[in-house]
Amino acid sequence: MAQFEKANSLHEWLDQRLAIDTLERVLAKEYWIPKNINFLWAMGMVLAFTFGILLVSGIFLLMYYQPNVNLAFDSVNYTIMREVEFGWLWRHVHAVAASVVFLIIYIHMFTGIYYGSYKKGREMIWISGMLLFVTFSAEAFSGYMLPWGQMSYWAGMVITNLFSIGSLELNGLVEWIRGDYVPGQAFLDRFFMLHVLLLPLAILGLIGLHFGALRIPHVNNQDGEEIDFEAEAAKYKAGNKKEAKVIAFKPDFLSKDMFVLSVFLIFFFYLVFWHYSFAMDPINFDPADPMKTPPHIYPEWYFLWSYEILRPFPKDPGLVAFGIAQVIFFLIPFLDRSPNVAPASRRGKFNIWFWVMLVDVIVLTVMGKLPPEGIFSTIGLVATVVFFALWISLPFITKNEKAV
Amino acid sequence: MAENSRRDFMGKVFGGWAALGGLGVLYAAKKTWDPLPSVKAAGFTTVDLSAAEPNVLNVEKWRGKPIFILKKTPDMEKSDRDVVVGKDRFLVAIGLCTHLGCIPAYRPDKKDFLCACHGGMFDTSGDNIKPPPPSPLVIPPFKVEGTKLVLGEEGPEYKKMKEAGLIA
Ligand code: HEM
Ligand code: FES
Repeated sequence: MAQFEKANSLHEWLDQRLAIDTLERVLAKEYWIPKNINFLWAMGMVLAFTFGILLVSGIFLLMYYQPNVNLAFDSVNYTIMREVEFGWLWRHVHAVAASVVFLIIYIHMFTGIYYGSYKKGREMIWISGMLLFVTFSAEAFSGYMLPWGQMSYWAGMVITNLFSIGSLELNGLVEWIRGDYVPGQAFLDRFFMLHVLLLPLAILGLIGLHFGALRIPHVNNQDGEEIDFEAEAAKYKAGNKKEAKVIAFKPDFLSKDMFVLSVFLIFFFYLVFWHYSFAMDPINFDPADPMKTPPHIYPEWYFLWSYEILRPFPKDPGLVAFGIAQVIFFLIPFLDRSPNVAPASRRGKFNIWFWVMLVDVIVLTVMGKLPPEGIFSTIGLVATVVFFALWISLPFITKNEKAV
Repeated sequence: MAENSRRDFMGKVFGGWAALGGLGVLYAAKKTWDPLPSVKAAGFTTVDLSAAEPNVLNVEKWRGKPIFILKKTPDMEKSDRDVVVGKDRFLVAIGLCTHLGCIPAYRPDKKDFLCACHGGMFDTSGDNIKPPPPSPLVIPPFKVEGTKLVLGEEGPEYKKMKEAGLIA
């Protein structure tokens, strides 16, 4: 047995047994962050915190929610909203956080693309990030089923039908996913399980992987400069903090993170208390009715861009286009052929690519919300074609990029 | 060396054994997600067609799905997909769009079905006339008994349509 001295404080007692000081040093006090970054590098922490908000508000909702097709709607719209004290608060917090988390994810992703933070050793950060994006999407969709309103039911119908993969007619697969011919009790129960247990567990694991993937390459910086972290850390530790290009995660960077987080939370609670309705679709305040489709079915705003890519085509090509759009962002580290890690503004043609892509995704989002008629259909089709043209052109425009 | 290869062997045996158990768990998990027998058995629906009015859409429920029943007027085009009962012709089809499963709405004045989800259209024989739906509305298994229609049972008329490849 190892030698244990008598401890003089609780801290020391814990340190002897769990090495908490070493842990803190390795994970925080000597985890080095470049100085040359801006508020966009706080988005990751904002995401981690928002996930925490979702977890806590979700736990409170779980105490009264009933995963039963006859009771679910009332358990949310009557019990939680009217009977439970502050039930409305948890529901609005949960709904607004679920919506806003996607806004932050998109900002976080486009920041990564802008600064080229997905290459030269940072590929796994990007891939684990995309896995988080996909899992978050599944989490949002499964949560959307739970109130069992009209939008829940019909979005459930339409999205699970995607798995028949067009002319392959895999109806057996669709029925297997639903546990029924149409969304019903078995469907609600299993999506409930996914939403409250399996997917959150997967997200926690993936956040761990994402953080682990950051450890060796470290975060990028505003100039894409390759920093010798050991040398810079040595300067910092020797007290030469002014010249060192890095700061410690704790306490230096954490205080900046907290500042950005506070600003975000002011915005967040403003939405929760005064503008929560954007996060809740009015059609979902009608209980699910398998005999009546609502006149317009559209997903939440964060899925609109890919939904719009599905719409203008006949069934099979539409599904193929949609499928590609879901996964194509995974491939950016490999489609970008340039070794430059630098902000897009210094990368010539890639700069144009970046801004056209950003605008195109916004246009797709707007068109996805409008009815698929006349000029809107045409704009949607053009934006879809531009989307794919951009991806096809990416290897070519980056291949001969001048070194910066 | 000998020691190591013995360990390797043990490791492989353990690994193979565990993989076998893992396969068993996957199989059980797959089966657990299958529709329950009670869901599969969810019975047959009988519909009386004698009171049907031409050009008025009736919607019945079968296995949780809406079933469209439309008595055709003489000016509507005849189709091999029609269900003939006496001298009346009917459209009988599952009322879910073959694109992604919304319920198309019947427009009696225009005599067509419009799917609001992505703008697909069907005619009164259930044939798809405007994309994205890639195929006609699906005809559910049916059996004609006098003026009644039993949904869920495959009668001779249904089997004939199925052989001719007309049901979907
Ligand atoms: C809930 C989900 C997520 C959480 C909690 C999260 C968390 C974080 C954190 C804390 C950082 C380090 C600080 C920063 O640069 O912001 C980071 C960096 C990064 N994340 Fe995420 N992230 C999430 C989703 C994503 C997604 C969807 C992507 C895109 C595919 C992504 C790609 C990246 C990249 C490329 C970096 C490195 C940035 C750099 O080196 O400058 N992350 N993430
Ligand atoms: S579901 Fe009917 S057109 Fe898409």
